[in-house]
Amino acid sequence: MAVENAAEHGHSAADYIVHHLTFLSNKEAGSIIDFSVIHWDSVFFSVLLAVAFGGSFYFAARKATSGVPGKFQGFVELIVEFVDNQVKESFHTRSPLIAPLSLTIFCWVFLFNFMDLIPVDLLPTIAGALGIPYLKVVPSTDVNVTFALSITVFLLTIYYSIKMKGLGGFVGEFTLQPFSSKNKFVQVLLIPANLVLEIVPFVARPVSLSLRLFGNLFAGEMVFLLIALLTLGGIEKLGTVSGWLGVFGHLLLGLVWAIFHILIITLQAFIFMVLSIIYLAMAHEHH
Amino acid sequence: MNINLTLIVQMVVFAVLIWFTMKFVWPFIIGAMEERAKKIATGLAAAEKGERELAQARANADAIIREARERASQIIDHAQHRANELIEQAKAAATQEGQRLVAAAQQQIDLEANRAREALRKEVAELAVTTASKLLEREIDARAHADLISKLAAQI
Repeated sequence: MAVENAAEHGHSAADYIVHHLTFLSNKEAGSIIDFSVIHWDSVFFSVLLAVAFGGSFYFAARKATSGVPGKFQGFVELIVEFVDNQVKESFHTRSPLIAPLSLTIFCWVFLFNFMDLIPVDLLPTIAGALGIPYLKVVPSTDVNVTFALSITVFLLTIYYSIKMKGLGGFVGEFTLQPFSSKNKFVQVLLIPANLVLEIVPFVARPVSLSLRLFGNLFAGEMVFLLIALLTLGGIEKLGTVSGWLGVFGHLLLGLVWAIFHILIITLQAFIFMVLSIIYLAMAHEHH
Repeated sequence: MNINLTLIVQMVVFAVLIWFTMKFVWPFIIGAMEERAKKIATGLAAAEKGERELAQARANADAIIREARERASQIIDHAQHRANELIEQAKAAATQEGQRLVAAAQQQIDLEANRAREALRKEVAELAVTTASKLLEREIDARAHADLISKLAAQI
């Protein structure tokens, strides 16, 4: 629909894609990092999904019974037990935070990703009709959102490292390994090398964590956009043979990619959760 | 594509959501699951205990029935034994009585026969004496010949 509109208004395919990749923000960003800018659509959808997740799980938790569980409670328990098993597998210290954190990550990220399965033009078109110029519906295609998750996990990792090992232990992890020596003087000489070798992967963790999720979902959304462009972009008007072929091709390709995407969105949510658990477990473990 | 205030807002939202899950969702669901697990464990243990008790009771009942059967057969054996004994006793008594009767009858017969024989002998002796006295035509003093007569009688 948007494609046709775009065609009517004389816009090109590039304009269509750029339109879909533009956030609804309060103003143009001055530079690559500009904290006066906010993406209203990312915030709106992620808060909406947070409320959906929190509300439904709170509802289940309130009515949770140790007797025969209802269908919804059974569903919630299935997810909770799945997450709990994942946590127990890699986490040997009892922590009241890690398991709920993992559940939150898994469900919230899954819901972010799930927005990708809503037809790409549906919500932006509705929003356009309501006078909202831009709308990106998938929060995990916003680097701010994915970085917010990974940086929070990163900060928790630092917090738990210092809490469990002390500041000295935490610093020691960066300076006394992988190269260590009994000789004090040699050890001092080795500190710069250790620092570089340890800090780079440590800082790379939140970056890779967030960019993995972002990249997968961004690419997924892009494929949906390309499918729409390829099959419906060149349609002059419906009813012609090429028009019908385009509609048929759109249905087929869209269906195939959506089904494949179900795997991707679940897998990415799972990977994000598992890596967060592992990072936090590493923070708890002594070397 | 830029880093902006959304990042900070999202971190706050994330933190609040984690706190909410930790406070109001996780404990209740995990609590319910653990309680159910405990219930099931207790139920299973109770079922196992009941089964064990049932088996025990069955074994007890079997033992009691076996004992009762043994006792019954013992009583029957004993009774049969006693009956046999009584029959044997009665038989023995009857045989003894019969023998006694036969012996008594025999004695009686012997007695009678002896008596008859005695009488016969006496009579024969007398007859002989009478016959002899007739033959000799004189009386034989029975007294004087008593020993002769008795000798004679003994010979017969």
